[in-house]
Amino acid sequence: MKADPKRVLTGNHFINGNHSATEGAIAAGCTFAAGYPITPSTEIVERIAARFPRVGGVFIQMEDEIASSICLQGGAWAGHKSMTVTSGPGFSLMMEHIGLAAITELPCVFINVQRTGPSTGLPTKVGQADMMQARWGSHGDYEVIALAPSSPQDCFDFTIDCFNLAEEYRTPVFLMSDEMVGHMTEKVVIPEADQIDLLERKFYTGPKPYLPYKPEANGIPLMSKAGMGHHYHITGLTHDDRGYPVLTKEVQETMMERLMGKINDNREKLMRVEEYMMEDADIVLVSYGISFRMAYKAMEMAREKGMKVGLLRMITCWPFPESKIREIAQKVNSMIMVELNYGQMYIEMDRFANAYCKTGLVGSPCGEVHEPEEIFAGIQEIAK
Amino acid sequence: MTTQEVRLGGFGGQGVILAGMILGRAKSIFEDKFATLTQDFGPEARGGAASCAVILSDDPILYPNVFTPDVLLAMSQGAFDKYIGGLKKGGILVIEEDLVNVKEVDPSITIFKCPATRFAEEIGRKIVLNIVMYGFLVAVTGLLSEETARKGVEASIPKGTEKLNFAAFEKGYQYGIEQKAKTG
Repeated sequence: MKADPKRVLTGNHFINGNHSATEGAIAAGCTFAAGYPITPSTEIVERIAARFPRVGGVFIQMEDEIASSICLQGGAWAGHKSMTVTSGPGFSLMMEHIGLAAITELPCVFINVQRTGPSTGLPTKVGQADMMQARWGSHGDYEVIALAPSSPQDCFDFTIDCFNLAEEYRTPVFLMSDEMVGHMTEKVVIPEADQIDLLERKFYTGPKPYLPYKPEANGIPLMSKAGMGHHYHITGLTHDDRGYPVLTKEVQETMMERLMGKINDNREKLMRVEEYMMEDADIVLVSYGISFRMAYKAMEMAREKGMKVGLLRMITCWPFPESKIREIAQKVNSMIMVELNYGQMYIEMDRFANAYCKTGLVGSPCGEVHEPEEIFAGIQEIAK
Repeated sequence: MTTQEVRLGGFGGQGVILAGMILGRAKSIFEDKFATLTQDFGPEARGGAASCAVILSDDPILYPNVFTPDVLLAMSQGAFDKYIGGLKKGGILVIEEDLVNVKEVDPSITIFKCPATRFAEEIGRKIVLNIVMYGFLVAVTGLLSEETARKGVEASIPKGTEKLNFAAFEKGYQYGIEQKAKTG
């Protein structure tokens, strides 16, 4: 299905990443958002509050992030494409409900404009230290999908992708933005509505009784929504096809195999990476989000000095592009993760690469983006 | 021109950020090149001072921060004092001459002065001083063509204010051309 022209601000814009993400959500058909404004994501809820009433959407400012992250789930069960937006401590408060969205298989989008932590940290400064939290923050096993934008244009494009992935896999999907991308203003090209492909939610239209967790052939059950006439039960407890709690190991196993499998079995399909100057590279930088841009600059500096440096950009951070990392690691001398934290995605990269090549990290306590020179120094260090 | 970095600073309320937005919008949309704007953001940027930096380039921009701009536009003494140290040797300093007292600067720096607030008052609304200053900036630096610079204004102002804003732009631009001719 194509986007609704009434929801698409077709044209060339000079806007910041946060506003661009909002336009992406609107173009994607998001009609319900709940949030509690927090720096540096506030511009998103501001624009949602201004724009949603004009495009047939509802925004509720909740009392906090715990309420926001459960409110959006009510919206999604009512049939809306739903999202919430947060940063820093707000993301921490949402963790319990991310697990609920995972076990109830709810399509929804969380935008996290990352700032510097821990705790309130540096509220107005950039960070990328919530990457592991996005993956593991709620208790129990579950899989997520997370994309990392590097520019305001990505914020528009990837927010649409997040909504499509949420609908396709019935799972919470994260846009892991950051303060720099969110507040940076650049040209954003918003295409014609008929150039934007959307995945619409598939509802169950078969005979009653409706079994809310009976999977289709692709392992993903069809949804219902309030008002369609179905009686069903939704719970955070381990449940069977009917959605009722069945607290046994057998049902847990069946449920978990499907929950994990629907993402894990599609790892290759979900993997989105970009490769730069890899043909002859013996040192490969790996990066994502805002740090990708600095890593690119450092790669150019290294190339000017005659060093054979390439760059792998991860667009999908979760699921982690492990097959690509393994493939590259077997061909090069070293791989270096560039990120604004003390080594989070580095742990994953190292896990898949260290059997084949040297690995290194150019991390940061956050607060500012890397100077390309810092990354170049890191390259020289590992190349010794 | 391949890449030019511009720092704009002044008081909150002067429209410094909007001037930067127009510059970036004109370059990226109407000249189909690249522009990245970043602003000082945080408790220190609320209230008194306002500042932004714009990178204009023929090529995609990677590193977004600006520490040593080619051009500094200072519309307050505070902005001048804070940012003059970062201005590149051989760079261009553009000031609101009634609001900024230029202390000693490196002799390699070219200075252009514009009484933008007075001009804006003559035009009828003090609020357009940023557009006067933007017109002046564009004229003395050549960062944009006159045509795209004007399109940038047109795309950035509320409907119904075109006459006022274009008058402000013309005033600043023409004065800039005159001043530039004097400087040689």
